Amino acid sequence: MIEVLYFAWLRERVGCPRETIETSAETVADLVDELKAREERYAYAFQDVSAIRVALDQELSSFDTPLSGVREVAFFPPMTGG
Amino acid sequence: MDIRVQSEAFDPGAETNAFTARAEGAGAVVTFSGIVRGEAGRLAGMTIEHYPGMTEKALTSHAEEAVRRFALTDTLIIHRYGDLAPGEVIMMVATAAPHRKDAFDAAEFLMDYLKSRAPFWKKETGADGGTWVAAKDEDEAALRRW
Repeated sequence: MIEVLYFAWLRERVGCPRETIETSAETVADLVDELKAREERYAYAFQDVSAIRVALDQELSSFDTPLSGVREVAFFPPMTGG
Repeated sequence: MDIRVQSEAFDPGAETNAFTARAEGAGAVVTFSGIVRGEAGRLAGMTIEHYPGMTEKALTSHAEEAVRRFALTDTLIIHRYGDLAPGEVIMMVATAAPHRKDAFDAAEFLMDYLKSRAPFWKKETGADGGTWVAAKDEDEAALRRW
């Protein structure tokens, strides 16, 4: 079980801010592939992963990182603070 | 070090005065405030989303890094989220150091990091609905000088 969060236009496209997902994905990229295969809205949200950033347990990370031990995965577009 | 993430408005003048009054051992205070642009009436305002938990962690780690690199005596970051109207203050940073160069450099360093490494997302609202603000390549490039 892993908690998955979405922000900004990714949240709008997926249609929810967070959800708990049962997965055996080994890496972030595997999780994305799993989600994309699940429903059209995920395929639409994740169609261009170069425009998406990921944080694992609230630390910026990368798509090839293993998910073992991770409790919270967040997907979002490049940040626009300041 | 003072880090605040809040939806409420704040008074950057009062914050600057309070920060300066407690800046013991400093010879320079630099402040920056970001405000919502009106774009000549095109924008009704801006909505800022953030990642509660990660935002505070990221701001704290950037502030700690600034204190280390530039030998600051103190630093302040206030960043708002929620709905803001044109002219409203979005955020401010303040840095205090023995000399002005470190205070200026640290403020620029913090702003460059806030722009592309703090989990905030801006959506502009206007007559044509809402548009998420895209990150700029130059903001990413600005990080490389540090």
